[in-house]
Amino acid sequence: MKDVSFGQFYPVDSFVHRLDPRLKIVFLIAYIVAIFLASNFYGLAACAAVLVLIVVCARIPVGKVLRAVRGVTFLVLFTAALNVLFYGGETVYWQWGIFCVTFEGIIFSVFLALRLVLLVVCSSMLTYTTTPVSLTDGVESLLTPLKWIRLPVHELALVMSIALRFIPILMDETARIKNAQMARGADFERGGLVKKVKATIPILVPLLLSAFRRADELGDAMDARCYTGGKHRTKYKKLRFTWRDLVALLTGAALITGVVLMKVYLGVPY
Amino acid sequence: MRIVAEHLSYTYNARSPFETAALKDVTLTIEEGEFFGIIGHTGSGKSTFVQHLNGLLRLPSSMKKYRPKKPKKGEVLPPPVVLRVGEFDLTDKKTDFRALRKKVGMVFQYPEYQLFADTVRDDVAFGLKNFSDTKLTAEETDAAVCAALEAVGLDFSELKDKSPFELSGGQKRRVAIAGVIVTRPEVLVLDEPAAGLDPLGKQEVMELLHRLHKSWCKTVIIVSHDMDEISENCTRAAVFADGSVKAVLSPRELFCRTEELLALGLDIPLTARLCALLAREGVAVDCDFTTEDFCRAVLALFGNKRGERT
Repeated sequence: MKDVSFGQFYPVDSFVHRLDPRLKIVFLIAYIVAIFLASNFYGLAACAAVLVLIVVCARIPVGKVLRAVRGVTFLVLFTAALNVLFYGGETVYWQWGIFCVTFEGIIFSVFLALRLVLLVVCSSMLTYTTTPVSLTDGVESLLTPLKWIRLPVHELALVMSIALRFIPILMDETARIKNAQMARGADFERGGLVKKVKATIPILVPLLLSAFRRADELGDAMDARCYTGGKHRTKYKKLRFTWRDLVALLTGAALITGVVLMKVYLGVPY
Repeated sequence: MRIVAEHLSYTYNARSPFETAALKDVTLTIEEGEFFGIIGHTGSGKSTFVQHLNGLLRLPSSMKKYRPKKPKKGEVLPPPVVLRVGEFDLTDKKTDFRALRKKVGMVFQYPEYQLFADTVRDDVAFGLKNFSDTKLTAEETDAAVCAALEAVGLDFSELKDKSPFELSGGQKRRVAIAGVIVTRPEVLVLDEPAAGLDPLGKQEVMELLHRLHKSWCKTVIIVSHDMDEISENCTRAAVFADGSVKAVLSPRELFCRTEELLALGLDIPLTARLCALLAREGVAVDCDFTTEDFCRAVLALFGNKRGERT
């Protein structure tokens, strides 16, 4: 369980933790837009600066943040490598068949890698600082307008919160089953790829069974308490917009404006 | 195999907000041939302790490396950590954990949730195949599986080709236990072996463990918070609370200390409750808290000659 840090709530009290989840979701979307709007390193630097500010305000240790990045290291390196080799451009440094390393390619790859890292860190900041419950509350509240087109917003939010709630449970379950099979001599490290994939069967089968069993039990429990869905339900915790949210909102707006201005006046990265 | 633990500590999620010390300086010796009980409230560290016994939880590397060098002046070194199971030294990195797991069988809580194979035979044979160094012939496998299934009171020819998921709850649990004992471990550890079973199923599992202790595994260790299980079966029991061992006593000594057990949030067996009620009425019953011995003692008190014979 301890190896999964991406998507897990980190329980400390901070400015960012106390923000309205709706605002955090909107902020994340705006931030992603800003990352992709940014067309030069000044824009990305502004995004990075804001992110550093968020991390500091959220009191999340740097190690945790880096661990979120570690999960996507391969993806980042892989896309960067592909871009270096295939991007093309005018200032050619090295060429071999269809492969071609250019100045533009390198700049673009670095740019893309930075974008991806910022994206991952910012998204994980949302889940680090927001409990699954308030996250789904936020999603539900944001999606309310879609009720007009008869979308079952409450049910969707419920599905999401159950899914999030079950991640740690299934992680624990996996660890337990893995231990049980290891006690029976199962070996998950040795052997080639085929052997390793085969070795996961004794974990996957019980895990799937247990997931279905738990889903059944949860359904029964909800039925037993006469759960009928969204209508007429009130909230235990009402979401409120406070001065903190205003500060965050202004920061987000300033970031987007800044990035757009830099795009217009400073142009491409090189 | 004798099990020795000294100054054993374990912390989950060290250096994070989820940090919890599950074991604090545990010192405990379990002799070969014992039927040993480990009792404690939820979260007292009992499961964490038994998971050390076959190396599923390992000592943090800082502890493994730790060998007392010359202490600096005025410095008091913490006592060395010891964890030995028979000839295996678990504080040593180079220990062959596979060989250890073959000797120490571990039955987890709700073991039927680990069943996965298409047939009962394949599931029971899983551990056997994993632990054997050479490829076993079908006959060898069948013979071992048959013996294990019979040891848990199931019929091999009837069940071998059935899917383990078709069986009843009690049968599933027996199959799962058979899947652990099939390698003939010397030490068998069971975490709440009777949890979630009906009273009859509980009794059957306890009788099964008794048989296994006599004829199959030299040492049996059960983790439980059902005190009747402990009083009926165990030679000695360790009381865990808050990550440390509060006492290691025989049931006879243990269940006299009713108030301390209740203060730890633990129950006492039915026989001990009856003794306490009788004591309040001025009748002191001296027994080792098994149902049989309790009856003997009570009958003896009332001067029934039959009581003397049993």
